[in-house]
Amino acid sequence: MAAKSIISRPVYGTLSPQPGKHHLFIADAEGALAISDMAAKAPAGFFDGAEIDFIPGPDNKHVATLKALKPAQFHLAPSFASLLPRLKQTLGNAHMGLRLYLAGTEGLIGQAMQVALEAGIDHTSIQTEHRGSLARRMQCVHCKGITENVTTQPAACSHCGLLLLVRDHYSRRLAAFQGVCINAEDRSEIPPIEEAFP
Amino acid sequence: MGITFRKETFRDDFTFRNSPEHIRRFPFPFHEDAYMYAVNIEPHVVGPKGSVLENLIDVDEHYVAEMQDRALVLAEDPLRCQSLPHMTLAGWDLLELLMEQQALGYPEHFTLTRDGDRWRWINRPLGIDDTFTFGDTSTLPYGPMEYITRQSQGDFCILDQRDGNLWMDAGMVTTQADWSLDFDIGMNFFEWHAPVPLAHEKGIFTRALKFLTNIQQGKPARRLNWTMTINPRLDTSPENYHKWGPDRTTVTPENVGDKVHLRVELQSFWRLPRSNGIVFPIRCYLIKMDELVTQPKWARRLHRVIRDLPEELATYKGLTRYRPTLVEWLSKLDDGSATSPGFGPD
Amino acid sequence: MSTGTTKLDVVVSDVVPVNELVTCFHFRRRDGELLPTFSGGAHVVVEMRDGDRTRLNPYSLMGSPLDTREYTISVRRDDVGRGGSLFMHRSVKPGLEMVISYPVNLFSLDLRAKKHLMLAGGIGITPFMAQTAQLAGEGGNFELHYTCRTASLGTYADVLRERYDRRIRLYHDDRDERIDLDRLLSTQPLGTHLYVCGPAGMINWVRDRAAALGWPSEAVHFEHFAAPQPGLPFDVTLAVSGKTIRVDEQQSLLEAIEAAGVDPPYLCRGGVCGQCETNVISYDGKFIHNDHWLSEEDHRSGCKIMPCVSRFEGRSLVLER
Repeated sequence: MAAKSIISRPVYGTLSPQPGKHHLFIADAEGALAISDMAAKAPAGFFDGAEIDFIPGPDNKHVATLKALKPAQFHLAPSFASLLPRLKQTLGNAHMGLRLYLAGTEGLIGQAMQVALEAGIDHTSIQTEHRGSLARRMQCVHCKGITENVTTQPAACSHCGLLLLVRDHYSRRLAAFQGVCINAEDRSEIPPIEEAFP
Repeated sequence: MGITFRKETFRDDFTFRNSPEHIRRFPFPFHEDAYMYAVNIEPHVVGPKGSVLENLIDVDEHYVAEMQDRALVLAEDPLRCQSLPHMTLAGWDLLELLMEQQALGYPEHFTLTRDGDRWRWINRPLGIDDTFTFGDTSTLPYGPMEYITRQSQGDFCILDQRDGNLWMDAGMVTTQADWSLDFDIGMNFFEWHAPVPLAHEKGIFTRALKFLTNIQQGKPARRLNWTMTINPRLDTSPENYHKWGPDRTTVTPENVGDKVHLRVELQSFWRLPRSNGIVFPIRCYLIKMDELVTQPKWARRLHRVIRDLPEELATYKGLTRYRPTLVEWLSKLDDGSATSPGFGPD
Repeated sequence: MSTGTTKLDVVVSDVVPVNELVTCFHFRRRDGELLPTFSGGAHVVVEMRDGDRTRLNPYSLMGSPLDTREYTISVRRDDVGRGGSLFMHRSVKPGLEMVISYPVNLFSLDLRAKKHLMLAGGIGITPFMAQTAQLAGEGGNFELHYTCRTASLGTYADVLRERYDRRIRLYHDDRDERIDLDRLLSTQPLGTHLYVCGPAGMINWVRDRAAALGWPSEAVHFEHFAAPQPGLPFDVTLAVSGKTIRVDEQQSLLEAIEAAGVDPPYLCRGGVCGQCETNVISYDGKFIHNDHWLSEEDHRSGCKIMPCVSRFEGRSLVLER
């Protein structure tokens, strides 16, 4: 069973400036470059009403690039988990007209979108751009545990240990791809494990 | 005279059987000797007496046993029944629809009495007699969708209609053919059908969506779908795939007739009046090969369909491992003579 | 796969003038049963038999969806229209037996909304009558801003104020009261959905300002049934049924096709639902497109027409019907 590309697989675009006065950017690592590329196309004063929340990762790259855009607010976070309380508060107090831009890894985009959906933002109005690692978040359909940073096909569930086929089937609500036991019918069949999502 | 409900199981010792009358009313899904996807949607109107279409919501001899199996599944995994917060009103719509239809079709088993929003519901087969306030969730032991779908055969998906699409935002799914409500809830029509091979390329879903978003109140529609299941197991969920998957390796030439089941879904589509949503009941009918081949026409036709099924579809339906054994077994019942047109037995 | 609606046999149970332009009509089922339940924003198509002419016009249901003993609609008299509203005002009296369609909702509430912000102009108030009743029954969060020409033409304004008090804001043109739209749109909590019903100019204004202020289109809902406009008579050939018909000055193309015994599917009869979309086989002349369904490209191509609201002027028109 090969994991062919299917329709629930998220499609990411290229960030583009949206109308409105308030813009919230959430990015990790290489996602910073998507923001700086977009800035070149933005009208004057665009970042006067913008907040950038950035998770630079261990090598701390691109911070200066983003600061140079002079957003009204700039916040550095060591991880998505540490950003979450601030993000929830920002969205909880926001008004219609706020536009959301997500850039970076699939895990970051998916998890930030999950919070935004709960706050009442329609997913089709969110700008996304994928940059950097292709590593996936995966939900084990059997035990429901989420395994982060999956790069292989198949991959072991970090909770129940079953060997899972990482399907292209994606849930926005869970911000995860679906993992289904690859050798359920005959557990003695062990397929080779390959790097698939570097 | 009411229905005699069978005492039987869909797990462990698998005592599920169809009575001879139920074999003849089985909704055999192939009208010709080959199968390919099509937009096979038609108006859901009442059909001949004695068929599964005699009532628009069918209750049969397996009702009580199926409801007991559902309760077992929900006790193990409550995530099989979910409703996003904006779907409660649609849940009440569904409760009204199922109570009305069951009471209309089977007055000896179900009675609905209404006095304004004060409703009394009597379900004799399950020993239920509840009085509640329509629209007030606090007067029922469960949410309205869960309450009534614990008393109705088949899975139920409730779809919210927005922006020209349908969104699967609530459901009771315990007898599914290998898809996960917990994973798919919140998805739109194209997303939850994403894993289905071939049909997207044929534009099937685009046309089907256009039809479904225009379903009108009082004019439901239906289609049949099918797959195969080893043992009469209702709960073939992906959640439990690692538990039932090994069944597929147990098919031998000796036990095909008893183990292999044709599984037919009668899917219907109804506009819900208050919420403007769509409910999509998926009623599952099982029949073992030994029972099915008592109708020679069905035996011949099923042989030809399974033998000639495109590989992608056989894989998607999970038949790959036992298809050769099944085709070999069925071939002995196919003398090559012609089959009459239409679904019914000769 | 017919997509039309089921019909309901009703009797006019009451006719109540509301003000100098608007009259309210009540319908009950002839068999005394309850009418079908509906959702706020739904409309019915009313069949008007006026001598040998049949007109079918859509009207929003404005009663509470919680009470289905009767349906109510409001009709604004249009002295220069095709005569449907004049027929309703002059000829429809209590006791008259009529036929209406099952309710259809092409303007439904998005029940995910954390707040419903409604903007009505003039007779565009009618779908909001049902929607506010539905939301009030469920404890929904809504706010209605209603613009009318004068207080005496503020149809149902008093009823709404009495029911919902400060959740209803009124603006009177003759007192030069205007909605501060930009301010209103900029102060709504995230998760608000916007609904607009009123004249085309108002709908366009609200949609434009919402888009400019960053509102995503998914959160902006509008209903504008184009009433079929009268025009010059023209001839049409229906290629499939092999008929040639004349469309009168006061008739819509769809009505003329139906009068010839051909029944295309329809739901809204107002150029929004897309059901009656018809292919053009050939033409020599110019189309007068009045629908909101076809794209501009479709309009330019001359390949499609919406016969419920659009017309034609010229030498010949052949349709695939």
